[in-house]
Amino acid sequence: MLYIKCPFCGYRSQKEFAYGGDGTVKRPELNQNISDEKWNEFLYLRKSPRGKHIELWHHVAGCRQWFKVQRNTVTHEIFQTTKMNEEIK
Amino acid sequence: MSQSHRISNEGLLNRNKEISFKFNGKKYTGYEGDTLASALLANGVHLVSRSFKYHRPRGFFGAGVDEPNAKLQILLNGHSEPNVNATEFELVEGIEATSQNCWPSVNFDVGAINNFLNKFFPAGFYYKTFMWPKSFWYKIYEPFIRKTAGFGVASIEKDRERYEHKYEYCDLLVAGSGPAGLSSAYAAAKNGAKVILAEDKPRFGGSLLTDEVTIDNLSGKAWTDKIITELKEMPNVIVKNRSQVFGYYDHNMTVMFERTGDHIKDKPKYTPRQRLWYIRAKEVLLSTGSIERPIIFGNNDTPGILLSAAAKEYIKVYGVLVGKKPLIFTNNDSAYETALEFKKQGIDPIILDTREEHSSELIDSVKNQNIKIRFSYAIIAANGYKKVQSALIGKLNKDKTKFENSETIQCDCICVSGFWTPMVHLASQSGNKLKFDDQIDAFVPYKSKQNETSVGASQGTFTLKDTLDDGFKTGFDLSKKITNNNNSTSPPNVNEIKKNPHDKFWCSPLPKDKNFKRFVDFQNDVAVSDIEIALREGYRSIEHVKRYTTLGMATDQGRTSNLNGLQLVANVEKKIVPQVGHTTFRPPFTPITIGTIVGREVNMEYMPTRKTPMHSWHKKNNAVFVDAGAWKRPRYYKQGNENLFEASKREAKNVREHVGICDVTSLGKIDIKGPDVAEFLNRVYTNSWSKLPIGKAKYGVMLREDGIVMDDGTTTRISENHYHMTTTTAQAANVLSHLEYYLQVVWPELKVNVLSTTEQWAGAALAGPKSRDVLAKLFPDLDVSNEALPFMGYTEGNLFGVKARIFRISFSGELAYEINVESDYGLFMWKKMIEIGKEFNINPYGTEALSTLRIEMGHVAGPELDGRTIPYDVSLEGLVSKKKDFIGKRSLQKEAFNNSDRQKIVGLVPVDRKTNIPEGSHLVLDKNAKLPNPKLGHVSSSCWSFENNNPFSLAIVKNGKNMIGKKLFAVSPLRDSAIEVEVISSHYVDHEGKRVRS
Repeated sequence: MLYIKCPFCGYRSQKEFAYGGDGTVKRPELNQNISDEKWNEFLYLRKSPRGKHIELWHHVAGCRQWFKVQRNTVTHEIFQTTKMNEEIK
Repeated sequence: MSQSHRISNEGLLNRNKEISFKFNGKKYTGYEGDTLASALLANGVHLVSRSFKYHRPRGFFGAGVDEPNAKLQILLNGHSEPNVNATEFELVEGIEATSQNCWPSVNFDVGAINNFLNKFFPAGFYYKTFMWPKSFWYKIYEPFIRKTAGFGVASIEKDRERYEHKYEYCDLLVAGSGPAGLSSAYAAAKNGAKVILAEDKPRFGGSLLTDEVTIDNLSGKAWTDKIITELKEMPNVIVKNRSQVFGYYDHNMTVMFERTGDHIKDKPKYTPRQRLWYIRAKEVLLSTGSIERPIIFGNNDTPGILLSAAAKEYIKVYGVLVGKKPLIFTNNDSAYETALEFKKQGIDPIILDTREEHSSELIDSVKNQNIKIRFSYAIIAANGYKKVQSALIGKLNKDKTKFENSETIQCDCICVSGFWTPMVHLASQSGNKLKFDDQIDAFVPYKSKQNETSVGASQGTFTLKDTLDDGFKTGFDLSKKITNNNNSTSPPNVNEIKKNPHDKFWCSPLPKDKNFKRFVDFQNDVAVSDIEIALREGYRSIEHVKRYTTLGMATDQGRTSNLNGLQLVANVEKKIVPQVGHTTFRPPFTPITIGTIVGREVNMEYMPTRKTPMHSWHKKNNAVFVDAGAWKRPRYYKQGNENLFEASKREAKNVREHVGICDVTSLGKIDIKGPDVAEFLNRVYTNSWSKLPIGKAKYGVMLREDGIVMDDGTTTRISENHYHMTTTTAQAANVLSHLEYYLQVVWPELKVNVLSTTEQWAGAALAGPKSRDVLAKLFPDLDVSNEALPFMGYTEGNLFGVKARIFRISFSGELAYEINVESDYGLFMWKKMIEIGKEFNINPYGTEALSTLRIEMGHVAGPELDGRTIPYDVSLEGLVSKKKDFIGKRSLQKEAFNNSDRQKIVGLVPVDRKTNIPEGSHLVLDKNAKLPNPKLGHVSSSCWSFENNNPFSLAIVKNGKNMIGKKLFAVSPLRDSAIEVEVISSHYVDHEGKRVRS
């Protein structure tokens, strides 16, 4: 069970969080013409990298904030967690 | 013959308390402090079980977690538990233990015929024999194998015991309280770290309880007691015995079980039987020690043969002699200590040492005691069936591949020692890459992945001085890292006897013309010959050899067999052990009860129960409840002998004719505030929200990005920047997370805040033609006319001093209102409504009637919004804005969503106007068509239409738009039904929606 540092609440057990997918995916802007390929890519295609991965987590049983986590998908080592408006360095 | 093998001058037992128990129906006595194993051995009982495959007689082999044989069925306080390890189970008054895997008894076991047919049961026997015919597998082979193999019998009774879970955080977790654990826990605690010290056994001290050593002029036991007493007094230390760390997971999360109740007769009511600890430790120190490994020889599984350290532990801790004519068989010095303990009891053992004649301090002291030692000797095979009687021994040749002679010597037990195997299970579970240490012929922890350190025997240090020095240093270093304190403790002075290196001898050669079974893995009956067969048949990977032969796969996880197995494979393959590698260590380290894993999450505590403020009234009025997620909702209110169908019909009828009241507290409610709410709602819902005036509600549909309908509900504008959203009961949590995601991640520039208020408001729906009359009486000061409070209107009122929100919204399709008050006033509101509505024939209705009402009206709900439907499918395409963009809009352009024969919601009535159409039925054109019969759609919701007095269903059917008037069959092979149905509009009642606006 992972031990995740919520940028607002500090270290909490994984039980309090929900995984929120790839944190680098950007939703296309509203009111734009988007090709089928582009939309398909946004909607369905995700990389499954071995190693460092930036992902979103949601502190559902806590402050209810979404935030970014940089994690090693092999070792589960967490390098950094940041608020949504901060960059992972 | 009471406790014939008990001695009086040794042991850590309470001899004032005698305990009686039963084994296989016979009564025995032991003392408080005994394990079931030590008590049986004290009574001279060695034969405890029959082996897994050959049903060979088996006896105790170890004295703790190393035990492969003594798994017993235990009956205590009417609770029966299988596969209990007798060497770990503490004796309690009145228990009844029975042997497993034997019939009719352990003394005479019919299954033992397998032993004489063992030529027919080689490795892979089951794979080879039960392959064909395939159809025999389920009905004949599998039940047969299940019956003959296997261990104890699981109880079919409900487990009435209490189990608990506990969460703990600490700086340093120390697993094991032997010299390594005690010293490091002590040094770390003295340096201010928060320490948890866990000991699997009831007694602290590990090897200090059995080894002849002095630490600061104290015996091992006395030093242990001193350290433990001091640790227990420190506020930063938790000291736990009967507690085993059995799993090591990511981010230094470890799990430990504590046996809190099994050793207590008549334990207090709320004392749990076992407790599961989740411990998150900054650092973990593994001082799990080592286990003696056997030397393999012929018939080495005969009862009376056991590990030499176990024999010593039985003497030193339990005051029990495992035999009175012991033969000690060793390749190293430590068995000599066992010999000395026997000698102290006036018994003369014979030692066979595979090494050539040599001397060491220990060997010399044994010689001085006139104990007979035979160097370069090994056991060829043991004789005896249910108990060892004698041993065939022989002198080894120079390279130890052959015996030069042989002779038989009498003995009643054989104590065997093949050196020590560090317990690296937890280290390996943590991700530590092990390496093979040539000096000790075993794997040791090498490269840590997490914050763990092994100290002492668990990493191959076998002298007390080095272990204590390491322990004090490591405990200090780790604690300094965490606390930054600098209070170091110096290690004590130690006196111990120096030992000579061991001999790399682990398996006696088989003399020509002999075919003694030489067992590697006792619990799974894997012999040397089985591994040889596996290799001969081409299995190379150790993981494959393991699975083919089942070596090390039993509940003891091969604690005594793995390394010997690896050595054997390496020898045949002409490799060295590190090239063979080792199999994976997985949690749990020892078997744990399912109850411990489940904890308190049983029955009512399985998940939280959510009750509305009106719950007590519902209960008093014979409500039959239904689970809606965690909520309890009244399904119907039972009157007399009514069944569900009759009650819901009556309740629905009352709504259509008079007025009904329904508890809608469980609907999700989300408070939304901020200047950008309208824009946000525009993006979240498919329809437009720009022009919603204050005091008005609107129905909205929200989609997922893939175009599928996620949820529906109403949102009301309460004031300029304040909105109130409702969601379905089932989707409340998902919708909130969904909104939060878009506000925090996708459009953080929007000034909007969302907050769940589901539990803050109690809600009651007032529905039916008379609902306005009731409302007028509830709020005499308020103008509730159709003009003042029109359909989709909102107002606030004063309900006898309680602030109320009044929404004119309808799910039932009738003239209806939904009234919310703060939760604390929910019951008050409900009672007032019932009281005032009496003259208008008010009656409560449950979810079943509610479903009936909405189905008749063609209102969609969960069964239609099932995660597979787009707005068109459920006839909500009219609410999809063409002008603005919103979540999921781009996906609606998908080709499949725009096919001309796209599925759509329709109504169904049975052609006979009588037969109920089961929900979930498939719709087909021809009920007799050849399989697979093409499916056109499915029945999503069914009810009895009170208005039309016949069954009515909603269905989602291919090309639904053009199906009206057609006849289909609703088939349900599960129920063996095929009902002819007519397709009609999904709006069966009040097509124009006049009533809600009346």
